[in-house]
Amino acid sequence: MYLARVIGRVVATARYPGMEEVILQWIQPLDERGEDQGDALVACAAIPSGPGDFVHYVDGREGAMALAETFVPVDAAIIGFIEEATVLGQKIDGIQSTNEGTR
Amino acid sequence: MFLADVIGTVVSPVQIPELEGQTLLLLRPVTPDGHATGRTRIGIDKAGAGEGDRVIVLDEGNGGRQILGDPRAAVKTVVLGVVDYVEENGKLQYDHRNSAKLAPLG
Amino acid sequence: MLIGQVVGSVVATQKDEKLANRKLLLVQVHDLNNEPKEQYVVAIDSVGAGTNDMVLYATGSSARQTDITDGRPCDAVVMAVIDSWDLGGDNIYEKWAR
Repeated sequence: MYLARVIGRVVATARYPGMEEVILQWIQPLDERGEDQGDALVACAAIPSGPGDFVHYVDGREGAMALAETFVPVDAAIIGFIEEATVLGQKIDGIQSTNEGTR
Repeated sequence: MFLADVIGTVVSPVQIPELEGQTLLLLRPVTPDGHATGRTRIGIDKAGAGEGDRVIVLDEGNGGRQILGDPRAAVKTVVLGVVDYVEENGKLQYDHRNSAKLAPLG
Repeated sequence: MLIGQVVGSVVATQKDEKLANRKLLLVQVHDLNNEPKEQYVVAIDSVGAGTNDMVLYATGSSARQTDITDGRPCDAVVMAVIDSWDLGGDNIYEKWAR
């Protein structure tokens, strides 16, 4: 499971059956300083979240297990909204969620 | 499984039901002598670990679900144990009782 | 999942029998700003994607979680055709704008 920030939305009408209702979002993985860690990817939102939110996600087959229909070809899912992260006793500013879209 | 330092905690008020009530720790994977290696990640605490502890981490879904006792949980990363000491080629690389403080963020 | 553009298909007569009658797409990976990368994936199609479509593909064991790929030697599957995406309010890709 990893930290990430939601950075965008993806619209796709033609999908594998069973995941019509699932929300797809671009997420940017983050390190413990709140800085980018690796390339952005598209994840399914298993909890309500939107651009600018600070979240955690699970990759691999567990991504599908977070959804209502679990037999779907999904390899990443947002599984939690993060309100606050504390690293070495300090709150990490870059990590705190804003409701503004970030790029 | 691999070694990691617990560098912090995460507060997540909205999450999938399987994570309700679990403590989430921020983990920095480390080499036996304590250098950061690999991506920082989030793990579920099943060992009573806290910030500053060196821990054993399992990052695999089937094993993680066994630990949680929920065969359908969408989780992967679980903290299994708090390390007392690490020995490499007969040399003590880490000892919980006199471990140095965590390196500050780079 | 990652995004890519379907740039062609792959035909192989001599292949594992479990891949019989499976459409193999050649997908060029794009980044989040829709810039193509020098990276290609051969993926099985599960949604009827065609050439030039921007698609989403899943990799690893997740790729076998479709009726088309279940129990077959497959580690990448196209699971959605993308209509559009935006980043921080800016529209990056719009299928019907072309």
